[in-house]
This record gives sequence, structure tokens and C-alpha cells, in this order.
Amino acid sequence: MTLKTRAGSVVFENVTKTFGKGAVTAIDDVSFNIHPGELVTLLGPSGCGKTTTLRMIAGLEHPTAGKIMIGDKDVTHLPATDRDVSMVFQSYALFPHMSVVENVAYGLTVSGQKKNEAHDRAREGLGLVGLADYGDRLPSELSGGQQQRVAVARALVLEPEVLLLDEPLSNLDAKLRRHVRTEIRDLQQKLGLTAVYVTHDQEEALAVSDRIIVMNRSVIAQQGTPRQLYEEPASAFIADFIGDANLVQGEVYAVNGDMADVDIGGERVTLRQRAHGIGAVEVAVRPDAVRLSDGAAGAQMSLKGNVTHATYLGSAMHYTVQCAVGELFVIDGRIDTPIKAGSEVGIGFAARGLALVSGQ
Amino acid sequence: MRRLLWFWLAIGWIGFVVLPWYQQEYGFWTLEWLTDGYTFYGDYAPAILQGFMFDRPWLMPVAVFLLTPFLVIKRPRQDPLFGNVLIASGLCGIGYMLLQGFAIGVFGFNYPFLTALFGELDVRQYGLGYGALFCAASFLVLFCTGLAARGTMRGDVFVTTSIGVIIALVATFVFFPVSRILISAFVNHDGVLSAADFLRNFAASTVWGLGCFAGGVCGVAWNTAILAILTATSTTLLGLAFALVVTRTGFVWKKSLRVLTVLPIITPPFVIGLALILLFGRSGTVTQFFADLLGVEAGRWLYGLPGIWLAQTLSFTPISFLVLIGVVEGVSPSMEEASQTLRADRWQTFVRVSLPLMRPGLANAFLLAFIESMADFGNPMVLGGNYDVLSTDIFFAIVGAQNDQGRAAVLAIILLVFTLSAFGAQRFWLGKKSYATVSGKADNGAHISLNPGLRRLCYGTVIPWALFTVVIYAMIFFGAFVKRWGFDNSLTLDNYVEAFGIGWSDHGIVWAGAAWDSFWTTLNISVIAAPLTAAVGLTTAYLLVRQNFRGKNIFEFGTMLSFAIPGTVIGVSYILAFNVPPLELTGTGVILVICFIFRNMPVGVRGGIAAMSQLDKSLDEASLTLGANSFTTFRRVILPLLRPAIVAALVYSFVRAITSVSAVIFLVSADHNMATSYIIGLVENGRYGVAIAYCSVLILVMLMVIVTVQGLIGKRKLRREDRVATDISTTGGKTAVSGLREKHS
Repeated sequence: MTLKTRAGSVVFENVTKTFGKGAVTAIDDVSFNIHPGELVTLLGPSGCGKTTTLRMIAGLEHPTAGKIMIGDKDVTHLPATDRDVSMVFQSYALFPHMSVVENVAYGLTVSGQKKNEAHDRAREGLGLVGLADYGDRLPSELSGGQQQRVAVARALVLEPEVLLLDEPLSNLDAKLRRHVRTEIRDLQQKLGLTAVYVTHDQEEALAVSDRIIVMNRSVIAQQGTPRQLYEEPASAFIADFIGDANLVQGEVYAVNGDMADVDIGGERVTLRQRAHGIGAVEVAVRPDAVRLSDGAAGAQMSLKGNVTHATYLGSAMHYTVQCAVGELFVIDGRIDTPIKAGSEVGIGFAARGLALVSGQ
Repeated sequence: MRRLLWFWLAIGWIGFVVLPWYQQEYGFWTLEWLTDGYTFYGDYAPAILQGFMFDRPWLMPVAVFLLTPFLVIKRPRQDPLFGNVLIASGLCGIGYMLLQGFAIGVFGFNYPFLTALFGELDVRQYGLGYGALFCAASFLVLFCTGLAARGTMRGDVFVTTSIGVIIALVATFVFFPVSRILISAFVNHDGVLSAADFLRNFAASTVWGLGCFAGGVCGVAWNTAILAILTATSTTLLGLAFALVVTRTGFVWKKSLRVLTVLPIITPPFVIGLALILLFGRSGTVTQFFADLLGVEAGRWLYGLPGIWLAQTLSFTPISFLVLIGVVEGVSPSMEEASQTLRADRWQTFVRVSLPLMRPGLANAFLLAFIESMADFGNPMVLGGNYDVLSTDIFFAIVGAQNDQGRAAVLAIILLVFTLSAFGAQRFWLGKKSYATVSGKADNGAHISLNPGLRRLCYGTVIPWALFTVVIYAMIFFGAFVKRWGFDNSLTLDNYVEAFGIGWSDHGIVWAGAAWDSFWTTLNISVIAAPLTAAVGLTTAYLLVRQNFRGKNIFEFGTMLSFAIPGTVIGVSYILAFNVPPLELTGTGVILVICFIFRNMPVGVRGGIAAMSQLDKSLDEASLTLGANSFTTFRRVILPLLRPAIVAALVYSFVRAITSVSAVIFLVSADHNMATSYIIGLVENGRYGVAIAYCSVLILVMLMVIVTVQGLIGKRKLRREDRVATDISTTGGKTAVSGLREKHS
């Protein structure tokens, strides 16, 4: 494959973006740094500012304050046309009046390449995404997944410093989504691209990213590797957003170096301390870290609850449990021994899957 | 940007140094000036020679503003000086050109204080010509480029310049003329400001008198309002009946009913009136039949309010029908189904759910018909009798024996206030009250059919009315073959021969018919106006849909405004504004073209907006992130996808230019006579046969154009493009047709 890559970095320095006359703040004083060759995901609920951030990298929006650098060049006021980035749109935005190869060659021809050369390169690009034979078709004659790959090819043939992907999988069905996201990740790794990926799907983010920047209410809530975010959420919001954690009240009653002993409604666990002193804390409890025991084993446990809903989902049982520390959502893999709704259960916690967090 | 700048500076200099600065008496395109002493004859000289040799030194400063840009052209565009100098040059250049143009006219200085200041001028100046046009264009682009360099519209030259050009055009050809009316209304015969004259004209009993309630004659303003309300009511009710029949019943000839909606587009406005005369006039078929039957004197009832009302109802019902089809279909079937599952029967559902949901749409149709009726010139002209309405009264105030521009201006203002209020009500009051229940979601279910009583009522109205309309149109074609209607009903081709006779001589074909002259002029002007209208309209639509800028609402209002200005008012205002230098356009073909562009532009804008709103904005953004600039994006992505809208705009403005009469009748001249005004002349002379023959030919020509274009669009479907997603090809076909019909909605 002859596609070269010139992976560049992306730097945001105190970027603020307001829409209207300061009425709506979409991005509030955000700074981050994306390294060359890295795939970083912007993750967050809708309206958190992640798409605005991406569009500012693309040059489709311009910051109200702050500075944006791409590949060590200040591009803050540069329009999209003059930036060395390309973007895969949520709707793919394939030009319906051009054939697939014309679509892919478009960026090359408008920047002055001869039509033949541009088409040759476009076909190479199509080969890269496995659509070499589809060049003469129209976008409407392709399936959703194929259209998506054309959009990727179109972005890639320009050899951008940064590839931007705006929820690229949201128009695909669930099964295809997993397949395509692996393809994108493979391609990005193979070409060593810098890529910025926007999604609101936490599982997708965990699956594809080198690093995730979680945004909430116009600011960065936390950034780190998928593992860091999942295992050490900085806040209740992160814990809830990534992995549907239950938030329960606990109390740190002893601190030993790094570790803290925590009491949750009578159950005692030892967790990483993370700068929490003795006193009340919030604990994020992953749904699969809760152990429910019914019958005699349950009766012996100190934290007891009442199962209000029990749902069979094939691969696991989902329970809702009312207990002294609040309502718990529980995922239990033991489908052969389901607990009936209405049962009294004892509640225990696994060693992993719990973390101390600060409040909102 | 730099290349663009060089290009436009060159244009400016060509305008200053090469092209004749002033207007040519025999027209520029005859090129007669080139062979007839160009450069050495004062009337033909370019500005630079005017300044040096022909004692018009006041033109020289223009050169200064064409020179200043060279000082900064080499500087980087980020340099504030670059932008600022360009802005200043452009602004000063245009400003100075306007200043000298308005200050010095055909009689030397236009204002006494200037004469006092500079002394008497023995050289005069005429209307600006192509040289001046080139210079002005150059200054405008310099100004906009300067603004872009300073960061306007994110530094986008194409977008900034487009906005600048549209604003300049609308200002010159809509706002300037209309403001001229306002001024004229307050000026007396001696050209002195006088509120007394305005009040005298305004408060005259011929305008506001209420005599008709006492058995006499009402003022023209009341006449117009009464007619408009009557017409709006009748067309809305009939339109609703038609729409209900088409959408809510199993009527067999539904499809044929829809054909009715195309009729008003291709019918010159006074044709219905003509056909009515043939039927109900004093020597009309029906009149004579009943006169013979009952042995009474044939009446003149048709001439006056009843006749105009009937003609307008016939003319505008299809428009209401068209608007209301959308409204009736827009009521979501699931609303009605929900109502039915809640135990309401069909009548209750219709009265308590469907009808209230249609209410804003009905009001909309009412207001549109109201505006159309007020603006209508053709039918009152043909059928008016003693019943004066504003549009015709304005015309007679200008061309009649009175030649009272002040009175015409005052009447025009009254008419303008009426229509603008209706327009404003439609946009601002109804705009917020839409219950359009069509959403992006697939909405299953079918509209429930009408309950039997209502259905019988609708059938009872619709079928006779549709038949009546058919008879009317049959009259138009039949009437042309009759020798002298009502007196000598023998069939003949004389009418066609007189209008469109072709002879052969030694020199080839001789266009012997009397109508050929105006026929070719009409086609010519319409063909020139159509692409320009489409270009201006679609560019405006692009700016409105795809760009955000301060003052966009005002921009939109300004571009849509000419839609609400009745043609008669436009006609008067153009005469007042463009009869004297600096823009001396009356009597030329150019003024007709310009008039059509700005009269029909709103339709192009609406069609463009509708079509462009269906194009996902991410298509533009994708093109931008792939390195194309906004102009390339417009050209290579948006325009190709808008092709159906472009075709519709082209056809529509072509057809509209042919059928237009109200504004045109003021602007035609001996050299540039248009078909419609020629026909009006025939009618005034009682030559109905020839008039109708001419009308039928026009209708056929327009039908052919529409059918051909529809055919072309249809044919495109066989080619590759139409394997494009169904959304493109279907909306494509649809926009072409609905674009055509869009004009009234």
C-alpha cells in the first residue's frame, strides 16, 4: 500500500466556544493534547460538546477563545478548506451524484491533481478498505457498511495529518458495528494515523481507543486509557457513564498506605484509597461486582436486600435489588440458578469492580 | 484571492478606459457606437476621455479609487492595511459614483445649491452605461474582498461577495424604486416637498368614500378591499372542497383535478376575463341565449364587481387548491386515527381534529388569495367597468389623461400597505402557528374518508366548478376560431392569420402577422431573464440556508419583499426611479429583464430553499474538509444536486415572464412591446378574436416548454444519475413540478 501517513498532533489550549451572543457555551476552557499516531476518543452524553470539539479540529467551527494547533502549526483561524485534516461524517456525506471513485477522488481533484492520477489513487484507497471493485457504483448502490468504508477511504486518500470520525458507526446495525470498529482500529494502527473519534457509546470507546477523553457539560470530565477510566473513575459521573456503575454511600474506617478499608452497609471491602480520608465516601460498584446469595448463605451476610425485578437475558440475569445503601443494578452470570423477584438476598462484593469516587 | 483581485481591477479599468461611460442611444449591443466615431464622440467616449476632452472632469476621481488598490495588492492578506484599503477604495468608489450621478443630471446640477457653489454647468450627463457598470462591479468586489480579508464570513471571498452583490441588487432594484414612490407621494408638480398634496390625494373621497353603502360608488380602496375579501373567501372554500375531494374521497378523476393546478401558471391573468366576456358579456353566448329565451335586454352585469369576482375566483381557486392539498395532507393520519379510536365518528373527527389542525393553512390560503386579488391587474382591466380598483386606478393615473404621478404614488402606497400587511400577517403571525404534523418519522395509516354528507357537499361544489373551468378554457381555444363573437359565429382562421401570418417574399420569410413583433420580444426577454432569475434566486437561497450572518433575517425579508409588492406598484416605481439619470432604463429591454428578475426572484429563492433544505449540510462540510473552497463546493456539490430546482426555476421564471402583465404594461415601449400588453391593447379595441388567438398561442408555447422540460427531467431518470438514491430522483421530479407550482405558496 502506497498511502503514506503524516500523523500530526492536535493540541487544544484553553479553547472556549460559545454560540450566539455568549448565550450557550458549548466548550468551556478545554485543553488537551493528542499525540501523533494515537487514536483518541471523545466520549460523552449528547450535548456535552464532543462534536463541537471535533468540528473545531476540522475547522467547521472556530473557537471563541483559545488556541488550536495541528502538527505544531497554529490553525486557530484557518478555515476547514485549508486544514490538513479529513473527516468521516456520521451520515457519511457521500455525494450522491458522484460515483464511488469520484467521491474518493474528489478531495484530490479539487486540490488540483489530474483526474487520472486522482482516480488511480482513489482506487488504491478503495482497495485499502476492500472495495476495489465498487468504484463505478453510486453510493446509493452500496450497503450501509460499504458506504461507511467509502467515507473512510475518501478521508484517507488525502493522507491527512489527523483523521476525524464523527460517530461513524451510529448508522450501522449492532452486529456490523462491532465488525467495522475493528476494521477502523486495524487500519488506524496499520497506517499509524492520528485519529480523533467521537462517540456516545462507552463500549465502542473502550474497544477502539488508545485514550479516551470523557466530556460532560462543556468540560473534560476525565481523560485516560480505557482501563484507567473503567477501573479508576475520577467521579461519580464517569463511573456511571462508563459501565453503568451503582453509586452507593460507604464509609472509610481505616487507611493503610495506598489502601482504604471501606464499610458499605455492613459489608467490608478494601479498595485503593485515591486520596480519600476517613469518613463518608461514595463508592462506584460495577453491576457484575455484586454477589447475591439467597437462602441460608444469604441470611448470614450483613448487608441484606430485596430483589424487586429479575430479568432473564440469555447470557446473564439482571436484577434490581433494594437494600440499605440504595437500589443496586446487578448483572449475574449464573443463569442456571436464578433468584426470584421478591426474594430476600444477602449482598456481597467482589474484590474488583469497586472504586472510591468523589461526588459529582 | 490575489488572482481574483487582479481580474476585477482589470474589469474596473476596462470600464474606465475602454467602454463608453454613458448609455448608448441605440443600445450597447447594436455595437453601433463602435463604428460611429467611438472615442472621439462625446456620447461614446470612455470616462477617461470624458474627463480630459469632453469637460466632464468630475469623472476623474473614479480613477483614484481604482488606483489605490495597487498600493496594497502585494501585501499579505492578513495585513489589516490590505483589507482596509480595499474596503475604503470600494466604498469610496461606489459612493463617489452615486454622488456625482445624482448630483449632475440632464440639466446640469440637480440641486440649486450645487449650481450656487460651482457655477452653471454647460455639460450635462446621461444615464450610466456599461463603462460605469464595470467600474461599479469592480468597486463592489473590491469592497467585499476587503471585508473578507478582514475576516467577514470567516474570510470567505465567495460568500462575502455573493451577499454583497445580492444586497446591492435588491437595494438598487427593489428598495430604491419603492422609496422613490414614497418620495413622489410627498412631492407636488413643481418638485417641492408638500404634505398637503399627499393629504389631498390620500384623503380624497374617490379613495375612501363610502358611497356604495348608500347606493352610490365607494372609494377605490374600499372597492379593492371588498373584492379581495370576497375573492379570498370564495377561493379558500372552493380550494378546500377540491383538496378534500382529492385527498379524502375515492373520486375517479382525482388525477385530472390535479391538472387544474398547472393552469394558472400558464394562463395570462386576463384570459379568464376574456373567456367570461365571450360567455356572459353583452354579446356572450349564455347572455344571448337567455335574452332570447326570456325576451329581456342583455345585461351588463358582468362588468363590475360580479365579473371581476367571478374571474378572480376562477383564476385563483387552483392556487388555493394547491396550497390546501399540502395542508390537508399535512394532517397526520394518526391524529385522525387516534381520534377515531377514542370513539369519535368521522364527522366529529373532521370538525374537532382535522379542521382545527388545518386552520393555519386555511388562513394562509386566504391571505395568499387576498394578496393575489389585490395585485391582480388583468381581470379588473378587462372586466372592471365602473368598478375601480387600486391596481387599475394607479395605471390610469399614470397613463391616462391625468398623468398625475403624485396620485399614482399615493394609491400605490395604499395598495402596498394592504399587501404588505397581509404578507406580514402571513409570515409573522402564521409562521409561528403551524401545526404541520408531518415529521421525518414514517407515518403509517391512511386519511379517513369524508362522511357522506360532507362528501356530497364537496362533490356538489367541485364537479360543477371544475366543469365550468373546463368550459372557460374551451372558450379560449374555440373563441379564436370564430369570426366575430356573438354577431358572426362562422368559423375562420382569420384571427390567427392576422396575428401570426407568415408570408414569403424574395428575401425569405416575412413575419407578416401583427403579433410576431411582440411575440419574439417576449420570448427573447423571457429567455434572457430566466437564467438570471434562477441564478439570483438560487444564490440567495444558498446564502439563506447554508450561511449564517448578522442581519440574515433582514436580508431574507428584503429578498422576499418583492413578492408582496403588486406588479402595478413595481411598474410605477420603476418608471419613477429609472426615467432619469443616473439609471435611465425606461424604454429599454434591460428594464423589462430586471423587472422580471426581481419580480420572480422570490420563487427561485423559495424553490431553492426547499430543495437545499433537503440536502444534508454534512455534504457541504465533507467537501470543505476535503479541501474544496466554498465556491467549488457550491459548483460541484450543491448545484448538481439542485438540478431539478434549477430547471424548475428556469421554466417558472420563463413562463412567469410571458404571462406577466401588471408591471410590464408600464415598462413596454415601441421597441420592446410584450405580448401581454399587446393583447390588452387588442381587448381595449374590442378585438377579442385576435386577442384570444394570441392567448391560445402563448398558452400552447408555455405548455410545450413545460412538457418538454418535464420530459427531459423524466428522461434523465433512464440515465445513470437516476439510480441515485430514491430520495434524489423522487424529490428531483417532485421539486420540478412543485417548484413550478411553488409560486403562490
